[in-house]
Order: sequence, then structure tokens, then C-alpha cells
Amino acid sequence: MTVTLTGTTVPVDGEARSPIVRPRGRLRPGPLTAGAYLILLIVAVVRPGLLAPGDPLAADPLAVLSPPGAAHWFGTDHLGRDVWTRVVHGAGHSLTIGLAATAIAVTAGVLLGLLAGLAHRIADEALSRSFDALSAFPMLLLALLFIAVAGPGTTSLIIAIGIATLPHHARVVRAQTLLVRRAEFVEQAVTFGLSRTRLVTRHVLPNVLGPIPVLAVIGLGEAVLAASGLSFLGMGPQPPSPEWGAMLSEGRNYLQVGWWISILPGAAITLTVVALTVLGRHWQARFDGRQPR
Amino acid sequence: MTPLVAVEDLHVTFPTPTGEIRAVRGIDLTVARGECVAVVGESGSGKSVTARTLVGLAGPGAHVRAARLDLAGQDVRGHRPRDWRRIRGRLAGLVLQDALVSLDPLRTVGAEIGEVLTTHDIVGRRERAGRTAHLLDQVHVPEPERRARQYPHQLSGGLRQRALIASAIAAEPPLLIADEPTTALDVTVQAQILELLAERRAAGLGLLLISHDLAVVGQIADRILVMRDGEIVEQGPAERLLRAPTHPYTRQLLDAVPSASSRGRRLSAAARTGPGAAPARVALPVRPPVRAGDTVLAAAGLTKRYGEHTVVRDVSFTVARGETLGLVGESGSGKSTVARIVAGLLEPDAGDVTFEGTRWSAVAERHRRPLRRRLQVISQDPVSSFDPRYTVGGVIAENLDPGLTRGERAEHVVELLRRVGLGPQLRDRHPRSLSGGQRQRVAIARAIAPRPSLVVCDEPVSALDVSVQAQVLDLLAELRAADGTALLFISHDLGVVHHLADRVLVMRDGAVVEQGPVGDVFTLPRHDYTRSLLDALPSLVTAGRP
Repeated sequence: MTVTLTGTTVPVDGEARSPIVRPRGRLRPGPLTAGAYLILLIVAVVRPGLLAPGDPLAADPLAVLSPPGAAHWFGTDHLGRDVWTRVVHGAGHSLTIGLAATAIAVTAGVLLGLLAGLAHRIADEALSRSFDALSAFPMLLLALLFIAVAGPGTTSLIIAIGIATLPHHARVVRAQTLLVRRAEFVEQAVTFGLSRTRLVTRHVLPNVLGPIPVLAVIGLGEAVLAASGLSFLGMGPQPPSPEWGAMLSEGRNYLQVGWWISILPGAAITLTVVALTVLGRHWQARFDGRQPR
Repeated sequence: MTPLVAVEDLHVTFPTPTGEIRAVRGIDLTVARGECVAVVGESGSGKSVTARTLVGLAGPGAHVRAARLDLAGQDVRGHRPRDWRRIRGRLAGLVLQDALVSLDPLRTVGAEIGEVLTTHDIVGRRERAGRTAHLLDQVHVPEPERRARQYPHQLSGGLRQRALIASAIAAEPPLLIADEPTTALDVTVQAQILELLAERRAAGLGLLLISHDLAVVGQIADRILVMRDGEIVEQGPAERLLRAPTHPYTRQLLDAVPSASSRGRRLSAAARTGPGAAPARVALPVRPPVRAGDTVLAAAGLTKRYGEHTVVRDVSFTVARGETLGLVGESGSGKSTVARIVAGLLEPDAGDVTFEGTRWSAVAERHRRPLRRRLQVISQDPVSSFDPRYTVGGVIAENLDPGLTRGERAEHVVELLRRVGLGPQLRDRHPRSLSGGQRQRVAIARAIAPRPSLVVCDEPVSALDVSVQAQVLDLLAELRAADGTALLFISHDLGVVHHLADRVLVMRDGAVVEQGPVGDVFTLPRHDYTRSLLDALPSLVTAGRP
């Protein structure tokens, strides 16, 4: 599954965001469900004990590979660990990696994109071509390359995904910067005698950064997916950490006797990515002044 | 003979979540063969809805109700889309304002016209090309065979409009409905299109002309209907209505038209002395005398090239303190490029600008910065000149002295809003939620905030309705008198410039062809181009005369 992204642009002329065109925030079933799921996810990250009081690492040799039932709602794995408890406690791992990676990608992407958008032509060319070069690699390949050099583990996973998703943010910010800096209102502000620094901080920056939070939400879904994928390959948190991708990988060997081990972590990954994308797209549509679908 | 259009008690309403909008409220309308009827009104008067209703294009969700709605003797009430398709083109041709959006950009002009011919089975496939060329020839498109193979973007605005008229008359409908057919065009092109329409009328076509411009319809219309808020407030023969209007609103509209004869008086009705009373003509406040020797701005030998193309060629002029210099020219004449150079937003390739005795061009921006606040700019589209995140108060406050305290700023903003005729409650509103006239007032308030010695106005009123334009022009005249500000006033509208300017500069193809006091240039033009501009200018004085 890939999550494709489109650039969100601020309607610089302002007309498109007039109150008549801008749809009111009505609650639609899609974004509403996505929101509810994400709230549940946040609870799982912050207070996993509330949803699953047990210990995710506690093995029960008497209940190895027991199918879903009253004692274990989603069954147990090959070591007799409760799958539900592990998935709930694993949310922290998966989401933290995704959030940290997105934070790196957005921060670095915004800084580099702004630099490219505001700099003179040569610097812009150099930066833009390096974004192109980075984008030319498939994201996972780039991340794998980094991990191959730095070694597996949570920290290198975060940095690897951060670098791999950075070019996208940088490109959007650069395009947006070019658009805003040539907008009539910025030119008009020149006639007020504002210095270059003030022009950038007061008019260019705020209008460039507007769509970034929305893009970050969609990017977060992508990062969570990448994190799970790399963990599945054994590049992330090492066992017995309850990370979703790693759990999928562990369950793979028991699919014929215990299909339930892989179902829940897989569903958690899918639902998280879908929920983040749905919500991100909803906000993006509202931000663009379109009717959210 | 049955009239082409016979409408009685037409109502068009649009339901909205907040209640219905009554766009047209019970109007009567007839158009006979060989007659030109004009419907005149401002934005929101319901004139376009009326025209579109006649071809079944009132819009989605529109409720149309009428006691009578006949097209060429045929009752069209309750027609379904399929029935309308037979009528459109065959019975009534429609010409809209902007031919660039009305013509399909992916098809040649010939294909567009040919489609009408095949849809209505006028000619067979083999005769199509010949017939298309003949139609283009009829609307005086030069080299019709070659033009028929071109795409809309390859044609000039005037040729596009001609091509659109050709497609509208292709199926030889007896009625032609033209909705603002000349609004997007330059004055000389506008005159040609009006001539073409008059020619079609002489050929027996019934013409329904929709326009906001009384002077334009006065050139061609036999009868004029004045619409306001969905109702017809006055109607009559063109000459009578323009010369002796009886309704105060018509008079107000006529008074609002800037021209040579409106110099020195207010265009907008200052005070209504009572319902039905004639709006009084009020003189503008007296201005401080222009100090001719004291030059605020001097431009010498300005030249700007883009590649091979020279857009501004050796332009020189001066603006004295308190003087208003008009800069007129058609689109592509280079007048906006001159404005950007004067505003210090564009460097000329040759020549230089001196502002307040200081070198203004070919210097680093930091040398201009101390004087920036003395030279302000008002553009045609105020909204795009406002940061989309700012409120009205924020927009204005930004151009105030940075040294002021928060409280002083707020006071200044309220005072500036008052000076441009806006209430303090607008301070926290978003410019997007204001009307066009209010937005331009905010832009003016922002421009006068630092008490500039020169304001460059680039087409500041060309996007406004005539009565709103009148108010904004009056406001500019008042502020100019109060502050002694010099204006560089750029416009394609000779009437506006004649009304406001002291001296005028006429530009064509990047060069100044004539300049001098506005009275001299406009009454005794020496250059052929100025003369052709003036000849093309529809004026109320000549309107209605055969």
C-alpha cells in the first residue's frame, strides 16, 4: 500500500477562501470514525494500561497459540503472550517512531524548502536537484541504505524514515514559497518599506507554513507504514519489543496454526494509516476551501 | 407581427439555505425584429439572470415563473433541457462577456462555429468550411480561412469576440442576446464590436443587450430598461431616457459617469434630500494649488525590454506636488509596467526615476526604503494586495508608523477608516467578506496612512460598478484636496481620467504619443491615436443620436 500525496497550496488571492466558499466543519462519518479511532490510539500510547492491563512481555506456557476466546480476546502467540495486550502496548513503539520521523522530515523539509524558495537561483538549483536525487530512490530503499550503514534499532529507523520522507516536504514548501513570495500582497508590502527579514517573517513564512500541519498528518501515516515495513524486515526495535511490524513478522511463521497472531497487528497498521490519511485529506480539503468528500 | 421576445411578469428566484433570493421580480420585456433593447443595471440587479432565463440557462435550482414567456411566438414555459437545446442557437444566439472562457480552448474557432452548423443541420459536411469562413467574414474577421484554423488563445480579444458572435449567428437565429459583450475590450475594439452589432440589427436581427454601461448602450439601443434589485425602475426610448431621465436612480447612474463635463463635481449622490428627490450635484472640495515648479517625481527615458520585446520605450514625464497625472492607454500599451517602475518594484533597462529629489531607480532597495512610505500604490484588485491572513485593521495598521504604540495604532486605524467612509466596526472583519467598493476603500485607507506625497493608482476603479466607482473617485478627489497628495492615475477609461486628472499622458505600444493638460489633449488631440481613442469613446452626449 502506498500513500500518495498531493501538494496543498494556500490560495494566495484569498478569494477561494471566502466564507461563502469555505465549507463549514460538518461532521462526516469517514473523518468522524477516523478521529474516534485515533483517539483510541492516543489512549493506547499514553496509558496502555487502561485498555490492556496485562504485561505485553508476560509469556504463559500453558496458553501457547490459544485461539481467540473469553480468556484472550484475540488469542495468544507462540510464547503464550496475549496478542491484544501486545498490540495495545505496541502502539507506543509504532507511533513514536512515526511521529519522530515525521518531525524530522517536516522540520528539515521546511527549512530546506524555505531556503531553496528564498535563495538565489544557484542555491535553489543545488537544493532542488538534491531533493530530486533523494526522491529518485524508493523511500524504503533509501531507509534501508541508511540502516545498512548505521545498523538496526529504533533511533536509526527514525532517522532513516525522516531522511527518506524529507524531500517531499521540502518540495512542497519550496513551491509554496515561490508562489507566496511573488504574490501581490508581498510586493505591496515592499512599498511599505518593510525590510527583507520582516517581509519573510510577517508575510511569506506564515502563508507558506499554513498547509504544513495538514501535510504532516498525511505524512505521519506514511511514516507509520514505513516503520512497520522496516521492523517487519528486522530493522527496527528488536524482539521481544511489541512493535506492530515485528509482531507481523513473528506471526508469519505460525500462520497455518495461529492465523490470529498476525491479524490484529496487521489491522492496527492498516487502520492507523487509513485513519491518518482520511483525516489528513479531510483537513486538506477544508484548508483548500473545497467541500470535503 | 409577433415580437421576438414577449415576457410578462417574469419572476426568477433561487432557493438558498438562508431563504430564497429573488433575482428577478416581475418584469415585462419585449424585443421586436430589427430592434435593439438594452437592459442596464449594476451587479446584482438581475439583468444577466433575465437574459439567461430567455435561453433556458437561468442556473441550477432557479424557479422561473411568468405570466407570459414567448420566444418568436412560441411559449417556452415548462420547456425541458432538450427543448431548450433546440431553441438555443436556432431561435436565440447568446454572446457572453469573455470570449476566452466562452470558446473551447482545445478546439479551433472554425470547429466551434462548424458545430453549430451541424447541430442545427444548416449545411452538410462538405459546405461547412466555406460556410464558416463566410460567417467569419460577415463579422469582419480578416483572413477568415486562416483564422478558422486557429485556437481561441491565438486571437486577440476583439477577434475572439467576433468569432463568438459568428458562432451565435451561425444558425441564423432571429434574436441575439449579448451579455456585456464589450466589457472586457479596449475602447477602440469596443467601438468596432458595437458597430458590428448595429450591423446585424440593420440586417433584421432582434438584439437584447445587457450592460452596466449607459454610455455603451446609448450608442446602439433603441429602447433602454433600467433594472435595480430585480425590478425595472425606468424604461423608454434611448434618447429620451438618457436626456431626460425621470427616475432618481437613472439620474444617479447618469451622474455617476465620469467625463469631461463632470470635472469638479461629485459623481456620487452626496445626500438624498428625500425619497424621489433628484440627487443634487455637489461640487468637489477646492484643492490646494498645484505647485508646478516643485517636482515630486521625475521619470526620464524609461525603457523596459523583455527579450526581444520592448514594452516601455523612452518614456519621460514629471509629476508636480499635488498634481494628478493621468496615464491612459489600451491593454498592452505598457502603462502598468510604467507604474511598477515608478513604484520601485521593477528596474528599468534604461532611463531613471527620481522621487522627492532622490535617485529611485537602479539603487539598492535599502536606499529606497527610507522614502518608501512617501510613495504608495493602489492596485486594481485590492484583495490580492492584502495578506490573506490579515483583518481590515491589520491591513491598515501595517502601513502606520512602526513607532506607534498599540493604542495609537488602533486610534489611527479608526480615524483612517472614518476618512474613507467606513465604520470602526469593520476593523475586525476580513477583507474577503467586504464588497468591492469597501475593499478598495480599505486599500485607499492603507495607502494614505503614511501621508504619502505620491500615490500610484493602477486601474483602481475598473473592477467596480459605476455608482461604486463614482464613490471611490469622489473619495480620491476629497483626499487629494485635503492632503495635497499627487496622484499618478493609470486607467484605460478616458472618461475617468478626464474627470480627475490635471495633465494626461497617452501611451501606445510602450511609447508616449501625446501629453499635455487634460483639456487640451482631450479637446484638441494632435496625435491620430489619441483622436481614434476619443472617437471610439462612447459618451452620453452623443448617445441616443443617430
